[in-house]
Amino acid sequence: MITFTLNGRKVETDAPPSARLLDVIRDEYLLIGTKEGCGEGECGACSIFVNNLLQNSCLIPIGSIEGAEIVTIEGIMESDQFKILDESYSEAGGVQCGYCIPGMVMASAALLAQNPHPSEAEIREGISGNLCRCTGYNMIVDAINLAAKKGDGLWQKK
Amino acid sequence: MNLKDISTSVPKKDHKGKVSGQLAYISDLKVENMVFGVLYRSPIAYGKIKSIQVPDLPLGYEVVGAEDIPGPNYVKIIKEDQPIFANEWVNYIGEPILMLVGKDLDILYGLLEKVKIEWEEYQAIFTLEEAIKQKAAPGVTMANYEFGESLEIISAIEQGAHQIIEEEYDTGYQEHVYLEPQGMLAIYKDDEIVVQGSMQCLYYIKNALITALDCGDDDVRVVQSPTGGGFGGKEEFPSMMACHVAVAAKAVKKSVMLVFDRSEDMVVTTKRHPAKLKYRTALDKEGNILSMCVEVYLDGGANVGLSSVVLQRALLNSAGVYKIPHFHAKGYVLKTHTVPNGAFRGFGAPQSFAGIESHIGHLSKRANIDPLEYKRKYLVKQGDPTITKGNFRDPILMEEMIEDLLNTTDYKKKKVEFQTFNHHNQRYKKGIGTSLFLHGCGFTGSGERDHIKATVKLFKSKDDLVSLKISNSDMGQGIYTTLSKIVAKELDLPYEKVSYPYPDTKEVPDSGPTVASRTTMIVGKLLERAAKKLKAQWQNGVEQEVTENYVHREMIPWNELTFTGDAYPAYSWGVNFVEVEVDTLTGNVKLENVYANYEVGKVIDDRVMKGQIDGGLAQGLAYGYLEKMTSKEGRIQQKSITDYGPPTSMDVVSIQSKVFDNPYADGPYGAKGAGELTLIGGAPAVQAAIEDALQTPFQQIPITPEVIIESLWLREGEEG
Ligand code: FES
Ligand code: FES
Repeated sequence: MITFTLNGRKVETDAPPSARLLDVIRDEYLLIGTKEGCGEGECGACSIFVNNLLQNSCLIPIGSIEGAEIVTIEGIMESDQFKILDESYSEAGGVQCGYCIPGMVMASAALLAQNPHPSEAEIREGISGNLCRCTGYNMIVDAINLAAKKGDGLWQKK
Repeated sequence: MNLKDISTSVPKKDHKGKVSGQLAYISDLKVENMVFGVLYRSPIAYGKIKSIQVPDLPLGYEVVGAEDIPGPNYVKIIKEDQPIFANEWVNYIGEPILMLVGKDLDILYGLLEKVKIEWEEYQAIFTLEEAIKQKAAPGVTMANYEFGESLEIISAIEQGAHQIIEEEYDTGYQEHVYLEPQGMLAIYKDDEIVVQGSMQCLYYIKNALITALDCGDDDVRVVQSPTGGGFGGKEEFPSMMACHVAVAAKAVKKSVMLVFDRSEDMVVTTKRHPAKLKYRTALDKEGNILSMCVEVYLDGGANVGLSSVVLQRALLNSAGVYKIPHFHAKGYVLKTHTVPNGAFRGFGAPQSFAGIESHIGHLSKRANIDPLEYKRKYLVKQGDPTITKGNFRDPILMEEMIEDLLNTTDYKKKKVEFQTFNHHNQRYKKGIGTSLFLHGCGFTGSGERDHIKATVKLFKSKDDLVSLKISNSDMGQGIYTTLSKIVAKELDLPYEKVSYPYPDTKEVPDSGPTVASRTTMIVGKLLERAAKKLKAQWQNGVEQEVTENYVHREMIPWNELTFTGDAYPAYSWGVNFVEVEVDTLTGNVKLENVYANYEVGKVIDDRVMKGQIDGGLAQGLAYGYLEKMTSKEGRIQQKSITDYGPPTSMDVVSIQSKVFDNPYADGPYGAKGAGELTLIGGAPAVQAAIEDALQTPFQQIPITPEVIIESLWLREGEEG
């Protein structure tokens, strides 16, 4: 039995320790916002926070997260930060097929929390682990830039 | 909807569900009584199956194969050459032979390893080179066409010519890497099978299912799930998966889900055809073109699929945007025992444009003229004939678009600057390259009239809400937004009152597949007309439905046999300028600036268009220097995203783009096609820029660091 916190709630799972966190999140807790694009840590579609750090959930065996704090896109959906990102992605037109987007939003939030006023180069680096095949990235870069401006002061808070 | 200009952007219809991740793609669905399917695939490239042995299966696990198919054993596309489950001959590594179904994927994969097959193996053809050598052997040429100036006349011209230039040019595979891997679910019900999944063409799938299941129109239903990217990769391929899950669901009487993981998706799904293009051009003393012969060879892979149509488009674009005197072209789709190739954004045109832009660029050197200046001498003008004796009847804005970029980039000054920079720098070299291109919008020739026959419907509820009833898929390109917008504007309704539900063949007529840059222009126009009709008969508070059918405007009739007439009703146009810096030590290419001008009639939504430009161009540029896929003895070598190397955010730079207005009478608000056009110019422009930087010609894409280093060594050897 493995115990951890999922989006602020204490949960227990009896999935085998080798089960991928990605599958547990999706199949056991039915949280579909975390997507699988490659299963090999190469695309970032499965990005989540583990103890506040951006990680690929497809690479994490559930056995390794005992006691950890896991946050998925569903866990940030009600936050002010998410609202800003939502608006900015919409205004910048950063969403096409949408499959990479929850992961991109997680990566954007992680970047801005660390660096509330990133340069274009820093934004590109911040999302370089997240693949998007539709947009060519530029409108996503614009979205993050916009979110930095709109959410000025919001990102530092914890 | 009160927009002064239709192009003004509106919020995307599907934004909310996508940004929060709560919109369910196919792999997010779970239905009652659902089992998974996994495919046993051929480990050999070419051979005859002698026997198949399946291990003892645990309770709840079953095997499904060719004997379970109620109808004939092929996936209906064009020819009947693609088995659903190969049970006699296998023609490529990865060809599906049977399916195991059951609850647990790990158990299924374990069982797959115990399937045993006995073969008689035969000598396979693995490469396009080999297939070209054997093209006269039975079955190797799967399609071919030839047209243009007579060869006698050309040979007379060649005899009087100052010189004859021959070049061979190779293009590689391109893999779609839609971020959502392929997935398909068959939901089993007593009286019908519902097939749902990631797809571009609902009725292609429905027709394939009716044939495979040998059933009536009402016995199958196809529903599109939100689709995580397509780019052509979900055009014909999903028909095969749909047959797999539907046959399995019928056989085991349960719902069956088939979802590929990334490596399976990379290895077995269709890709852009590798191609060889041969040019033979006669020049006079000044380097002017007297005649040109082009040969196009496409590696079709193991079966023809859509390859014959891809070849048509490749040939129709074989002269690029140029009026070439005495032009002759022929082309072949050749069979190899490798994974079948198929539709990919651009559909044969990217290979042809890469080739012709390269060749014309090299010819300009012979004439001692700047490549762009040389290209402009041959640029087609309004009223000129096409290479198939059709006509460019609409205004062409290429000259304005080129002039604009010459000014924006300060091209002449930049050339001098780069020369100075290169002179003073040993290691880094800068270059600027251009590409000129077009894209024929819609199906080739009379396809819309004879094969597609699109129908659209608009339905108005009692609450005066209007919904679009069409079979087209939004796969990220934004037609939820653009098509809804056309209808809302035409009806003068708030945008929110128009909806476009994910299509379901039970609810929507066949408005055709979502391919060929036809959706906005053809389906959009039908919707515009339907909206006008609905407006004229509008009654508040009453349920109403209107239907519109495609009407063909006859121009110069297309004849597929002689390859003459108007191949397309309209063309969209583009110009790209690309600046690169090449590291001659590592061979790495860095994009510095990318400029792009397009003409697509009229933009329906600025933001959606910009998304198509940035995304399409990123794919097109990468096709030229970054993305490399190879096959060795019939086995795809790149099984992961990183091995293959599509661009990351660090590879792309911000793109300065502009779109020119040139409304087209038969498109909604003047719009033509845009989605494929944006990819086409990327590779040739990046090649031209690398050539400019290194002052070395290349005869292939992708121009990877290895290719660059090798060519520099070769040159050193020659110079030293
Ligand atoms: S699915 Fe985890 S990184 Fe791609
Ligand atoms: S929007 Fe499709 S992969 Fe990013």
